[in-house]
Amino acid sequence: MQLTLHIWRQKSAGARGKMATYQVDANEHMSFLEMLDVLNEQLISSGQDPVAFDHDCREGICGSCGFMINGIAHGPQRGTTVCQLHMRHFKAGDELWLEPWRASAFPVVKDLVVNRSAFDRIIQAGGFITAPTGNAVDGNTIPVAKKYADRSMDAAACIGCGACVAACPNASASLFTGAKISHLGLLPQGQPERMERALNMVGQTQEEGFGNCGNIGECEAVCPKSIRLEVIAGMNLDYLKASVVWRPAGEESGAG
Amino acid sequence: MHLDSKSPSGPIEKRWDDSKFSNKLVNPANKRKYSVIVVGTGLAGGSAAATLAELGYNVKCFCFQDSPRRAHSIAAQGGINAAKNYQNDGDSIYRLFYDTVKGGDFRARESNVYRLAQISVSIIDQCVAQGVPFAREYGGTLANRSFGGAQVSRTFYARGQTGQQLLIGAYSALSRQIGAGRVEMFPRTEMLDLIVIDGKARGIVTRNLTSGRTEIHLADAVVLGTGGYGNVFYLSTNAKGSNATAIWRAHKRGALFANPCFTQIHPTCIPVSGDYQSKLTLMSESLRNDGRIWVPLKPGEKRSPNDIPESERDYYLERRYPSFGNLVPRDVASRNAKNCCDEGRGIGETGLGVYLDFADAIKRLGKNLVRERYGNLFEMYERITGEDPYTVPMRIYPAIHYTMGGLWVDYQLQSTIPGLFVIGEANFSDHGANRLGASALMQGLADGYFILPYTLGNYLANTKLENVAADHPAAKQALDGVDVLTKKLLSVNGKRTVDSFHRELGKIIWDYCGMARTAEGLRTALKRLPELRQEFWTNVKVAGENEELNQSLEKAGRVADFLELGELMCHDALDRNESCGGHFREEYQTSEGEALRDDANFSYVAAWEWKGEGVAQALWKEPLDFEYVHPSQRSYK
Repeated sequence: MQLTLHIWRQKSAGARGKMATYQVDANEHMSFLEMLDVLNEQLISSGQDPVAFDHDCREGICGSCGFMINGIAHGPQRGTTVCQLHMRHFKAGDELWLEPWRASAFPVVKDLVVNRSAFDRIIQAGGFITAPTGNAVDGNTIPVAKKYADRSMDAAACIGCGACVAACPNASASLFTGAKISHLGLLPQGQPERMERALNMVGQTQEEGFGNCGNIGECEAVCPKSIRLEVIAGMNLDYLKASVVWRPAGEESGAG
Repeated sequence: MHLDSKSPSGPIEKRWDDSKFSNKLVNPANKRKYSVIVVGTGLAGGSAAATLAELGYNVKCFCFQDSPRRAHSIAAQGGINAAKNYQNDGDSIYRLFYDTVKGGDFRARESNVYRLAQISVSIIDQCVAQGVPFAREYGGTLANRSFGGAQVSRTFYARGQTGQQLLIGAYSALSRQIGAGRVEMFPRTEMLDLIVIDGKARGIVTRNLTSGRTEIHLADAVVLGTGGYGNVFYLSTNAKGSNATAIWRAHKRGALFANPCFTQIHPTCIPVSGDYQSKLTLMSESLRNDGRIWVPLKPGEKRSPNDIPESERDYYLERRYPSFGNLVPRDVASRNAKNCCDEGRGIGETGLGVYLDFADAIKRLGKNLVRERYGNLFEMYERITGEDPYTVPMRIYPAIHYTMGGLWVDYQLQSTIPGLFVIGEANFSDHGANRLGASALMQGLADGYFILPYTLGNYLANTKLENVAADHPAAKQALDGVDVLTKKLLSVNGKRTVDSFHRELGKIIWDYCGMARTAEGLRTALKRLPELRQEFWTNVKVAGENEELNQSLEKAGRVADFLELGELMCHDALDRNESCGGHFREEYQTSEGEALRDDANFSYVAAWEWKGEGVAQALWKEPLDFEYVHPSQRSYK
């Protein structure tokens, strides 16, 4: 099938970008990224710069890939990363516009590649349980009711791709941050640091320049792991509670 | 060269404890005076970097991905083994040790494997403490599933995303240390050479993948957790970026490469569908718990699978291996699939495939329970193939998945270069000639959380390390070498793309050094590979320039290394005149077609030494002794 692709080309972070148009011959068994591989082989052979795009596992789990296809993060198929999107969902003659994630907290590196290190810094601010290696108790001494383990796993399935931010009119990172806060907050191991975690992680999202959540739900619609909006509600509850009850370590009277 | 495994003696169950006690310690106040480089942030590298930083060392950590959370460990699906015996079904540390030595076809070091089995139980505890959401029973206790090569149920899992959840656990521990300023993290940075000064590993040369800038990083020790080399086959289940460059360039600096021909073909992957295909997708081995594998009884069958009556189906694994059935180890399952296809009984358009059928499981368990166990895998299969596995049997075929070979390390996980430690899939270590399912995650985390932190400290405490600076001639020479290589790749300006060379390399290796090997085929490969390498260096076309994000250039350097490594694999396979585990030489098989080992002549680790460009590598042997598990013909009947 013949396709027309309009792709955002930008040489580097500081350079001006523009849309460029290409023709490519695909077949229905290809994945979307394999179709781009074919285009890149053509470009290299004719002495042009191939289109840069992040990708790695191509199994929908590493979270590397992602860009907008006709304005939709990861393209038209719900619950699917762009690496798992197959060309049988398109037809000959289709015209597709490919653009990088758009958010000031995700500056463009080149073409369809953006810098998502802000997500790493949000995790560094509190997206963990302090459990130094070597002092863990037997796993079965911490029972976790199946329904909580399952819901925790639902939230933990986040792959950190950034589609939620790209789809949000406010470029909010609430679905990503809420997923991590819910994953850990639903487990007994996550309780001791729960309040601090909410304050620190939400604080970091603001520092990174992500917008606020307006409960629009675009994020949930494009999330390739179908993470639900309820994680944002959970985050907001934790944040609200923490804002009232939490005190910095120095202000508590120590137990020794 | 004498390869000293430093394997302790004495009763096997005490060896690791004794070794830990005899290892020297670094005083807590002195740890902050040492610096350690960790390359790779998968289960091994990520857990090592986090744990070393917790102990107080200054850690610099590197990954080529844009975030340490994306390392390829993330794609592991099925689970992680541990000898917890929560199921009360007869498991024990000794049994996990026994299964692993036997599963590896008696080509692994007993001391290492026993230690791995011992540590397995602590790994689960550590991961639970970090908040890994393992599957639970209704009462809240940890759930288990069965896996190939074992008759007990000892595999812990988090849906079909166990690798992801374990990696997120290690990544969160690493993130905590980055946030605390104890780890300096370098994402989108690739190691391109090892710096060896006075015979010790003292640093690395890196390229910043965004700016192209090359840099020298120095430290008191270097740890490689950079994964395996399955992508030498081009089509594999590895991530597209997975590469052997770090270990290969360390090899060229003097680290011996062990058992390169021990590669694992995973039996359950989605079959290849066309020549544009960029990678293969695994379907978790856990599917073999409930799925039944079959092919049509007669060759050339054209009916659709649901129209073929029971009496005309051959459930060949159940027929040939009644006690393990569909749960035979990976090498056995893969080879049997290949044999059926060779007999003309393969299915699908290409004839290279077999069915994995859930109809009976759905009848027995109901669709809902099957969905709960495997739902995400079924969805993934449907997304890729467009077929619904609840109603039509899955089509599967073997694909390269894991490499047991890697840099040679002793019991301390140290390579033949002092101060260079190698962990996880990057080393050759614990799986012998065939790895059992759910053991890679176990090994990566054992190395990173629980072994390296002890053995690295012992090295630092016992070693006098001079101060070195970036203007040291050895560092400068390594940096210049990297820049020269980059210029060379960019200046060939030939006619063929990097991918076209990579595909051709992969096809040669798959045809002659894949699931079945012969001396004749390997000689053919050894004739063609140098020709291909020569063509690469005179006819490759690399787009763009160095001073930018240049994915074409990144690939070119990696493929250049794969071209050399592929050749070493073939030499190793040709030299090993026996069959064992994943290394199946057609000349050496039992009358029933099983791998026929030659313990009298080949019970050793083959470790290869780089001798220079265009010179044959030297072979060194580490003999393997089996005091506990007596080598026997593996039988899963």
